[in-house]
Amino acid sequence: MTNTPQLLQVEALAKHYPVSTGFLKPKALVRALDGVSFHLDAGKTLAVVGESGCGKTTLARQITMIETPTAGLMRLDGTDIARASPETLKLMRPQVQMVFQNPYASLNPRKRVGTILEESLIIHTRLSPAERSEKARAMMARVGLRPEHYARYPHMFSGGQRQRIAIARALMTNPKLVVADEPVSALDVSIQAQVLNLLMDLQQETGVAFVFVSHNLAVVEHIADEVMVMYLGRVVEQGPKRMIFESPRHPYTRALLSATPRVDVIQRKVRFMAKGELPSPLDPPPGCAFHRRCPHCIDVCKIAAPELRQVGDHLTACHRAEEI
Amino acid sequence: MALLEIKNLSVHFGAPESPMIAVDGLDLTVEPGEVLGIVGESGSGKSVTSLALMGLIDAPGRVSADVLKFDGRDLLRMPIRERRAMLGRDIAMIFQDPGTTLNPCFTVEDHLVETLAVHEGGSRRALRARALELLQQVEIPDPLRRLGAYPHQLSGGMSQRVMIALAIACNPRLLIADEPTTALDVTVQAQVLDLLLRLHRDRGMGLMLITHDLGVIAETAQRVVVMYAGQVMEIGTVPEIFISPQHPYTAALMSALPENNVGRERLQTIAGVVPGAYDRPRGCLLAPRCKYAQSRCQTERPSLDHAAHGEVRCFFPLEANVTQDRAATASESNV
Repeated sequence: MTNTPQLLQVEALAKHYPVSTGFLKPKALVRALDGVSFHLDAGKTLAVVGESGCGKTTLARQITMIETPTAGLMRLDGTDIARASPETLKLMRPQVQMVFQNPYASLNPRKRVGTILEESLIIHTRLSPAERSEKARAMMARVGLRPEHYARYPHMFSGGQRQRIAIARALMTNPKLVVADEPVSALDVSIQAQVLNLLMDLQQETGVAFVFVSHNLAVVEHIADEVMVMYLGRVVEQGPKRMIFESPRHPYTRALLSATPRVDVIQRKVRFMAKGELPSPLDPPPGCAFHRRCPHCIDVCKIAAPELRQVGDHLTACHRAEEI
Repeated sequence: MALLEIKNLSVHFGAPESPMIAVDGLDLTVEPGEVLGIVGESGSGKSVTSLALMGLIDAPGRVSADVLKFDGRDLLRMPIRERRAMLGRDIAMIFQDPGTTLNPCFTVEDHLVETLAVHEGGSRRALRARALELLQQVEIPDPLRRLGAYPHQLSGGMSQRVMIALAIACNPRLLIADEPTTALDVTVQAQVLDLLLRLHRDRGMGLMLITHDLGVIAETAQRVVVMYAGQVMEIGTVPEIFISPQHPYTAALMSALPENNVGRERLQTIAGVVPGAYDRPRGCLLAPRCKYAQSRCQTERPSLDHAAHGEVRCFFPLEANVTQDRAATASESNV
């Protein structure tokens, strides 16, 4: 494995989807992802935070090379994957694997655990059946599944165990990057803790990097190194975890933080609530996308979209980041 | 007098000789104007409890209880017609996923008017005016236009507001909310919880809030019932139950939360999984997963008893000093 510090480099990444608005009407454009830049070092975890419709999943689909971005640059380990040929992409895909949100839907109910785990080896390697089976069994042991689980079907497992199978499947090709899309939000608290511990253990063992998509800030606070807060396809705040949680600058980050319910009475801060809901991505508001929900909105917010800029120790896209 | 009184409620499914026990001898009360939180993991029986209360458990499910009283009236022995009139009017319920509970073929107005017509009646015009008023109460923007909207035209938060409007249409005395915010984003969740609490305050209605999210409970409820595998493990008041939980399960749930593990490398976990229908332990249901379990816990099942504060189902409830240690370390790490 080469040890380039920057595993993934993303610059001004955009993905626009044309949407039909009706018969004979011009197509509208949804800017699901609009100029997102970040980089991720090997063995680190980047958390992508935001509400439904903010572009988290679209970002995951670009990184995993399921879709081709509309514009922008994406380098994985030095190789351009934004405009690569299908042959290059096929060679690169084993490097990036994915863990999905709902382990009840992401595992094929007709396949045995062994078959599920070995499928990616059949596609990407030329190992013999015996070697494949050996690899699958070794991986099962690493994620805490017992050898007798090899021949069982997904319905015979609990939610936590299924997510372990999904994680094992993602790691079968020795990826350098795993994109985890809300991997614990469908699990109970006690199981969630087990799966998070497993992810962190595996990261230490294998040096895999995670892009961890989540809306649960408490989970993010535990697992992430870097945090990126997204709103309507754009990054509104980005920086090291500690900076984001200790001194959030963007009103949206603050709204997310204060809306997260906490058990600890002391930690409960004054509720600052964002008004209303996420605007339609088909008809985004002019200026700052957050201005209609923002309590600090001034005139300039309604006209000019703020650029992501360095404020203090991290990046924020807010006109009034210094004052508020 | 308690608004709702339940004694020894059990819900069984499957064959009578080897039933799947979903709820096992549940006792609880809701006082008028109280917010009672029910918290537990999947399979703990919290939703089945609320369905049983609403008379929504169909055969082959079997509901039995010693006492099931609402406002002093016995729900089990009243004529079915009378009970049906009461449900939806005096006791209303909000379900988890607003996207699947509204009928996609009918508009918001149809939903509201149907409920109002069944329980209160009146002219079409009066019902429509009342529906509009309800939408205003749940703070739906542009309510007049939303009356004609179909469920697919509404966002998740908006649908849940319509569900709440439906539930409060007949001024219920008790509102059961089963995971009302689980399907919603955090900022919208905060708005919906605020709305529920405001309605609870303004109307003095009892609120039974069922959730798996301890944070939501801590921010809203006055009393908490912790359920595990169909049994009540602990009943206590907020914030005492969170500061010094007496049942090992409550304590373990608390320490598994990421927010209580700030600064730690690994999260504390509860080993194992919730027992299934056919592998229920003979003794305490938590015994196989409990780090304090002793030989007595493996063979005998504890009962729900009064403890230092609240009630606990444990032979060896955690002492205040043990949990104070925990609270102390928690607050240290918060500094």
